[in-house]
Amino acid sequence: MNPDANLLRFKKSRTYYLSACAFFLIIVGVVLALYYSAMSIDYVWRWYRIPQYFIYLDKVEIRAEIEGEVDSITTKDAKVVIVVKGLDESESYSVPTGSVSVEESDFIYFGDVLAQYEKWRVGILIMGLWLTLKVSFVAIIFGIFIGLFAGLARISSNPALKWSAITYIELIRGSPLLVQIFIWYFVLGTLINNLLAKQGFWQIPPIWFGVAALASFSGAYVAEMVRAGIQSIHRGQTEASRSLGMTYVQSMMHVILPQALRRIIPPLAGQFISLIKDSSLLGIIAIRELTKATREVVTTSLQPFELWFVCALLYLVLTFSLSMLLQYVERRTLAQ
Amino acid sequence: MIEVKNVFKTFFVTHEVRALVDVSTKIAAAEVIVVIGPSGSGKSTLLRCINKLETANKGRIYIDGVDILDPKTDINKVRAEVGMVFQSFNLFPHKTVFENITLAQTVVRKRSKEEAAAKAVALLEKVGIPEKADVYPDQLSGGQQQRVAIARALAMDPKVMLFDEPTSALDPEMIGEVLDVMKNLAREGMTMVVVTHEMGFAREVADRVIFMDEGAIVEVGTPEHFFTNPTHDRTKLFLSQILRP
Repeated sequence: MNPDANLLRFKKSRTYYLSACAFFLIIVGVVLALYYSAMSIDYVWRWYRIPQYFIYLDKVEIRAEIEGEVDSITTKDAKVVIVVKGLDESESYSVPTGSVSVEESDFIYFGDVLAQYEKWRVGILIMGLWLTLKVSFVAIIFGIFIGLFAGLARISSNPALKWSAITYIELIRGSPLLVQIFIWYFVLGTLINNLLAKQGFWQIPPIWFGVAALASFSGAYVAEMVRAGIQSIHRGQTEASRSLGMTYVQSMMHVILPQALRRIIPPLAGQFISLIKDSSLLGIIAIRELTKATREVVTTSLQPFELWFVCALLYLVLTFSLSMLLQYVERRTLAQ
Repeated sequence: MIEVKNVFKTFFVTHEVRALVDVSTKIAAAEVIVVIGPSGSGKSTLLRCINKLETANKGRIYIDGVDILDPKTDINKVRAEVGMVFQSFNLFPHKTVFENITLAQTVVRKRSKEEAAAKAVALLEKVGIPEKADVYPDQLSGGQQQRVAIARALAMDPKVMLFDEPTSALDPEMIGEVLDVMKNLAREGMTMVVVTHEMGFAREVADRVIFMDEGAIVEVGTPEHFFTNPTHDRTKLFLSQILRP
């Protein structure tokens, strides 16, 4: 082998490792600087307090709801059934074995503890994460449909459809999402719910106005992607399908859209990732998604540093998994 | 079969382009017409007007007696009877060769899957690539792609086939295989309108040759007439340029 080439490779690898070291030094430096500054304002890190917001052991107490005597305690399928008999009524409680704290023929007063046991419950952060996931998922699904429809309307030759689509897209893209959420909640929400109340119908809970805001927001961006995707398909594809006698709709469905959608998967992935992040704004209309949940926990625990890092990390988990998933889908569709 | 009557077509690109100027012609059933002419002479436009991929501005076009420029005509029905083969093949890249040929049969002709499949197999046999049914178009050579495109058009059982420079995008060694398929079609009595620069094909297969220049039909005649003693100077010039050894 050429010794010069070996030397060159060695040189290259040495700078490579040096740069890698520099990268890790920067990371460690940032963490240390953060830690040091926190120390200097006497911030006490209490990471051990964090897990309870993910999952915690809850003490459950079963209390009597009537006054009377414990009539029977029987074991049935790993459960214990306590029957309390009052003067003219009787109640039965089903509790796990080993948790019973009364005996047969004890006299029970209203509110006495019959049994107590511990149970694992999910914490507020996980509940927030789950809500964020749910809201984003529903908004993404609606966003796709709105975007598909608006994108097709955008390139339609019918002025009613085309101008409506342009108006919708420009309005949404030209105003801040925060303002749109306020409009959906305080303006449209009030109007719709009042009208519904007047007609005697049920009320729509705020979460749906949040979902509507996110869906209409991402729908406008998806619409532009759909339009660009369709227009990127060569004219010959339309001509070929139409020359075979297909209608506009058939040609769209079987020939143009399948190709266009495949092309817009990457920008779509980016849009959905920002949708997940944008859902953090929903906290302002009292939807307890991840950010709102973190804010609440911060006010009770007084550990903002740890919690906000955890919050960011949880979003990262969501967005990273989604991007992995879509990359997988993209690879599969490209491989056909 | 096809009647084109005083058709005008003008494009407005940056300036006005008169693509067809008062074009009239009649094409009988089972006739093979070859349209020749320099580029920009309007021959492709004429072809595309016949199945309304371009809409003529003025005049009348009848296919089997149906006025295709009448807004009440269902153009999709007409197009199903008129097969078209493009210069750049325009196969559907997301579908296999087999699906390319069955798609319009099931969607437009509402044929059953079995019927469409049988037709596709027979047509692939006919164009000489039965073994390529399950591959995607981008795995085929240009010549093979064009033969699939012909099979796709034939699957609709068209009454007329339009060929828009079917061999212009092909490497020279693949032109023959496509022309062979077209010659066979002509022998079977298919009505064909072919825009091409393949003079050999015109001489061998055409019943009539149409020479177009600057959007107008300059001269119509049999291949013998064209290649031995053309009347117009413009035709002579064109043929001398194109037939130069």
